[in-house]
Amino acid sequence: MEKTFDWFGSRGVTLRKSGLDREYAGAVEGIEGVELVLLSAGEIPRELASGNIHLGVTGSDLVREKLANWDSQVGELAPMGFGGADLIIAVPQAWVDVDTLDDLDAAAAAFRAKHGFRLRIATKYHRLVREFLREHGVADYQLIDSQGATEGTVKNETAEAIADITSTGDTLRANGLKVLDDGLIHASQATLFRGRRKDWTDEQRKTLKALQTMLAI
Amino acid sequence: MPNSPETRAEARRLRDLFAAQGAQVIEADVLQSAETLLDLYGEDIRARAYLTSDPLRGEMVLRPDFTVPVVQMHMESHADPARYAYAGKVFRKQENDETRANEYMQVGYEVFDGQNPAAADAEVFAVIAEGLARLPVRAATGDIGILTAAVRGLQTTDARKAALLRHIWRPHRFKTLLKRYAGGKVPATRTALLAADDPFANAGSDIGLRSRAEVEARIAALRDDAEQPPISSDEVMLIDAILDLRETTPNVLSHLRDIAVDMPAISDAVARMEARVNALDARGVDVDNLEFEGSYGRTSLEYYDGFVFGFYATKRPDLPPVATGGRYDALTARLGEGRAVPAVGGVIRPDLALGGA
Repeated sequence: MEKTFDWFGSRGVTLRKSGLDREYAGAVEGIEGVELVLLSAGEIPRELASGNIHLGVTGSDLVREKLANWDSQVGELAPMGFGGADLIIAVPQAWVDVDTLDDLDAAAAAFRAKHGFRLRIATKYHRLVREFLREHGVADYQLIDSQGATEGTVKNETAEAIADITSTGDTLRANGLKVLDDGLIHASQATLFRGRRKDWTDEQRKTLKALQTMLAI
Repeated sequence: MPNSPETRAEARRLRDLFAAQGAQVIEADVLQSAETLLDLYGEDIRARAYLTSDPLRGEMVLRPDFTVPVVQMHMESHADPARYAYAGKVFRKQENDETRANEYMQVGYEVFDGQNPAAADAEVFAVIAEGLARLPVRAATGDIGILTAAVRGLQTTDARKAALLRHIWRPHRFKTLLKRYAGGKVPATRTALLAADDPFANAGSDIGLRSRAEVEARIAALRDDAEQPPISSDEVMLIDAILDLRETTPNVLSHLRDIAVDMPAISDAVARMEARVNALDARGVDVDNLEFEGSYGRTSLEYYDGFVFGFYATKRPDLPPVATGGRYDALTARLGEGRAVPAVGGVIRPDLALGGA
């Protein structure tokens, strides 16, 4: 939140929380007709798509994961240069024979033949991972839902590989994992989005234009 | 439109037409066990079908088609031969195109008869065509069996053939593999792995279910593969020639006979195709103008393994195919617990049959 406030602040639009600390409302100074609502990053894609909010700051990964045909529902106004993290596929370092998706596919085929079930990949990014693997022709895997501590699933033997967000890769290495060479699914960063619903008033469209001019985006 | 009274009336008409061919009319549960479908199709089914959970029965799926329940029903009945007709709704998630229906009627005709596969193929095609007789349609056909026969006949290792066969339904990966086996570039990481004195020097600790022995087995397989001669460029050209076929059936047959001179492994598959063409002709199908595509059916769900076909409304090229079908012998083997029955079938979407008129 602070980084978002700084990003707007350095461009002449002051955002701040109003009232009590626990209240999720805010104030906007420097431009008329803009209101600030504080929502969790995961809810913003859906609220943008439904038109409850007009603009939103959230991770580009969350928009792609949560919205089907995301670019028909929201538009990317500006990547904001922070909150960078990569959605990647990682496998145990002990798999010295697996460095690429091609290897992963071959290992998955052999794994299924030996163990009788598909190689498990733990993730919370089901749509993005599935689309990525389909596009690259990887078969014989299954996705296991993991909403947290995903790096630990391999050690716990609830998954053989993971697809997760990482910024430095330290946690992965500490858990005995390595990133596939061609396993980058999406390089995410905080991004300012607009909803594409058609029911904006002329007033709101003018306000957006004024805001875009101020922000130089 | 997908579920209007007109659509339901058309569905009944088609089902009765199929029943009049001697098919037994059957029903299937809307809720099916997800396990079978997940085992067959993997994660892709989650993108295409509605999965839900039941506290006692585990993961269930709203049937995305009738083929699997019909095969299961047939395998339990031990009737042979058998013909089935059905009409009912199927449910498909539409992740990319909101305008496509996610719940629509399908009317199907399935033949389990190993006596004369060519005649069974022709029968299903002709019966479906008869159901669409009032509609201006264009038919497209293909034969996955010719491609698999060509791959099985390559002068290379069983491991390479198995890898190629596994990716018949993923054209992009198939092409990449074929190129590599034909002497194309190997990833640098693999070259380094095979050159290393101790591949496990930086391996870290063994974690997870995939054991050190499994990793070693794959390295051994990679070493073995690296020593194999490449698949000849002549053979690659023949595979490409089969995939690029796109002509009327008589021309395709003539081409295939030429290819079979250099690749005798496809001779039986070509003979089967010829028998089918004769059977289609005997049923009154205009085979001289019937289109054949070497790659047809490769991007649908991976259960067709022989004859494949689709009918398209000529006035509405924007619509999905009005009818589709094909042979799925391998699916009966996988669902039959050791028993396999030659099977071929097709479905019509009555909503599109009306909409395409």
